[in-house]
Amino acid sequence: MKISKETVLYVADLARLNLSDEESERLSDEMGRILGYMEKLNSLDTSNVKAMEHVEPVSNVLREDIVEESFERDLILSNAPDEQDGAFRVPKVVE
Amino acid sequence: MMDIRKLTIKTAAMALRKKEISPVELIEKFYERIDVTDETIGAYISLEKEKALEQAAKASSMIDDGSSLLAGIPMAVKDNMCTEGTKTTCGSRILGNFIPPYTATAVSRLGEAGAVMLGKLNMDEFAMGGSTENSYYRKTRNPWNTKMVPGGSSGGSAAAVASGQAIFTLGSDTGGSIRQPAAFCGVVGLKPTYGTVSRYGLVAFASSLDQIGPVTKTVEDSAIVLNAIAGRDKRDSTSIDTGINDYTQGINESPVGMKACIPVQYLSEGVAPEVRSKVQKAIEYYESIGVRCEETSLELADYAIAAYYIISSAEASSNLARYDGIKYGYRSNDFNSLLDLYKNSRSEGFGDEVKRRIMLGTYALSSGYYDAYYKKALKVRTLIKQEFDKLFDEYDFIIGPTAPTTAYPIGEKEGNPLEMYLGDVFTVSVNIAGLPAISVPCGLDSAGLPVGMQLIGRAHGERTILRAAHAYEMGNPFPIAEEVSHGL
Repeated sequence: MKISKETVLYVADLARLNLSDEESERLSDEMGRILGYMEKLNSLDTSNVKAMEHVEPVSNVLREDIVEESFERDLILSNAPDEQDGAFRVPKVVE
Repeated sequence: MMDIRKLTIKTAAMALRKKEISPVELIEKFYERIDVTDETIGAYISLEKEKALEQAAKASSMIDDGSSLLAGIPMAVKDNMCTEGTKTTCGSRILGNFIPPYTATAVSRLGEAGAVMLGKLNMDEFAMGGSTENSYYRKTRNPWNTKMVPGGSSGGSAAAVASGQAIFTLGSDTGGSIRQPAAFCGVVGLKPTYGTVSRYGLVAFASSLDQIGPVTKTVEDSAIVLNAIAGRDKRDSTSIDTGINDYTQGINESPVGMKACIPVQYLSEGVAPEVRSKVQKAIEYYESIGVRCEETSLELADYAIAAYYIISSAEASSNLARYDGIKYGYRSNDFNSLLDLYKNSRSEGFGDEVKRRIMLGTYALSSGYYDAYYKKALKVRTLIKQEFDKLFDEYDFIIGPTAPTTAYPIGEKEGNPLEMYLGDVFTVSVNIAGLPAISVPCGLDSAGLPVGMQLIGRAHGERTILRAAHAYEMGNPFPIAEEVSHGL
């Protein structure tokens, strides 16, 4: 199976990754081989099979809606790469 | 003189209770051992000596009142479990400075039981890999032969126990990441039934497959650790109350009368002859103690890897979308726009294997391919689970090798991702079906490397496989690495 370099670059954009020329060429080859291997699933007839959503038989796990203490703002911001005035600092979003 | 390399939870707890050693002395001895060995082994990413000594000093009262076997026991944790105030890197550059504001439930439960955390353990980046070579930080070496990989992704967890650097450790297992390194390093590794141990605070890789579990020297220790970490947690809605209070219960009872099966696919051509023969010997042992062993077939065994790598990569691509350089983690210095910031931070922060999985997962989830790959894999997942369920109507547990080979040389599979994935052939289907499985050492090959046997149980059948594994261990004592390894 062949995954074109254009497809690789398209997927990389969706995944928010930059790839060098060398990386995208290598990935086009590797993804082709790996996805080619995965084609073997097509030999199984799954027309009447339900896709598994959850491996355990539990659903609708709900809890009481109770207000609880959350983390201190400063503690959370201590891991931020950049912060200002108690907020995460990011580049200008709106031109 | 106490040889700390041989200590188990049971024997160490006894020594502490009899005051043959104080908890602080015990912790200090383990740090001495780490000092001597870890430059070679490379199991640890970070150490927390001051905190550990403080913890140990507090453990005395719990030791005296006999309320917890884990009180004062030195242990260590894979670096993908959050530890408040202690750096948690996940083996990745992108989390290189991350200091979690909270502690994973499994780790805090061990702390409540008095166990003392020595440090955090090396791993493949984001738990993606089978050799621990994908760590951004260091290589971990196999204590039986330091030219060999320790397995992965919990390579640090297995190597630390095998080299006597901790009495037990926690690992995580998404497709074999506890069991395969346990097999390569000659120690015991347990992956519990999905939902048994809370995933709160475990850095997410593939949420529908991830489970935390113990790496130990003995099967009984494995049950002791599981007792402490298992149980419903309101912070993880997929964690469940299993109704099992004591996983050690019945562990000493004979498995006579149990029925086991061996799928022909598990002893096929693809398995190294020496691995096959050791597992066959173990099966003979089971027959000699009254376990009925029958050959059977798992027709879908051959499809598990394909389904696993689609599902796990798809979930990873979604889970890892959160690393964007904004709220925590690595941020690139080089950006002009928000999109630049995202892309550059992620591209500089993630390693090759993680990028490969994100790419595969994003592809499998993308418009036009979703049904052909992701949905198809979820349907095959249903079929694989059904096939296991049918076997467990008839049998108590399944026997096979944990991995098709023993540990291989560092560097051997680098640059060949598909070959690396194929090494997970016997472990991934267990995660796909959400089942419990344990890897137990079952001998050494002619190169002196450990072979691991895997016992798979039905959902919540931990006590059955623990009992069967314990019976095997009692009849087949296994040496510790240092008795045979090279000059450590």
